[in-house]
Amino acid sequence: MKYQVDISCQTSALVNLRAFIQSSLENYALSEIDRLQVTLAVEEVCANLIIHSHGCNPKDQIHLEIKDSEEKLIVEISDQGEAFNLLEYEMPDIQKVMVEKRKGGLGIILVRKIMDEIEFESKDGVNTCRLIKWFRS
Amino acid sequence: MLRLEKTKEDLHDILSLDGEVDASNSVILDEAIQDLVQNGSRSILIDGRNLEYISSAGLGVFMSYLEEFQEKDITLKISGLSPKVVEVFRILGLDKLIPIYPDKTEALAK
Repeated sequence: MKYQVDISCQTSALVNLRAFIQSSLENYALSEIDRLQVTLAVEEVCANLIIHSHGCNPKDQIHLEIKDSEEKLIVEISDQGEAFNLLEYEMPDIQKVMVEKRKGGLGIILVRKIMDEIEFESKDGVNTCRLIKWFRS
Repeated sequence: MLRLEKTKEDLHDILSLDGEVDASNSVILDEAIQDLVQNGSRSILIDGRNLEYISSAGLGVFMSYLEEFQEKDITLKISGLSPKVVEVFRILGLDKLIPIYPDKTEALAK
């Protein structure tokens, strides 16, 4: 199974993004809580790209693919904006986020805590972030 | 889609959230809380019974007020969150920073 969609780089597209992920994830062996959390993690990465890498330019697009391989669900998010490698960001401490009012830091913590593996690559101007969740039987 | 409703019960300001909070609409939540603070609220209860989803943009709004509320001695509580939404607060440890109650009655009694 493979599901894919292109979303426009504007925050109003996030609601459609969630609907797409939720309906695609119904076809995989994930609990309701896992489905919501994976949806949240994917949205966090996309919202970051929309706001920070693409400056909310609706002409830009992000490509999303949802697929599975053996025991894993893989969500591939690709774009051609400024590379944003989640793995290079130090995971901020929640207290620090509170004091410094770094609203952006929370999304990164969520993605890191929800997903089992995160991969990132940048090649020929295309950035790909792979979010992986293991199926648990 | 997010709908907000402000009501008052005794000395408590109740802000009811209905729908989903994400990066496209978290500013509405921020403005509503700011309004309550400017109007001198001492106690704010977020009624999350009908909150279906919240992303870091919405959670960040609550976080951004915590220090100010501590300094000004304003109470912030949240009630009625569904198990899947409460889990998101737990992932971040926000349940340790903001008191979360099963329902409004219990939240206002404490």
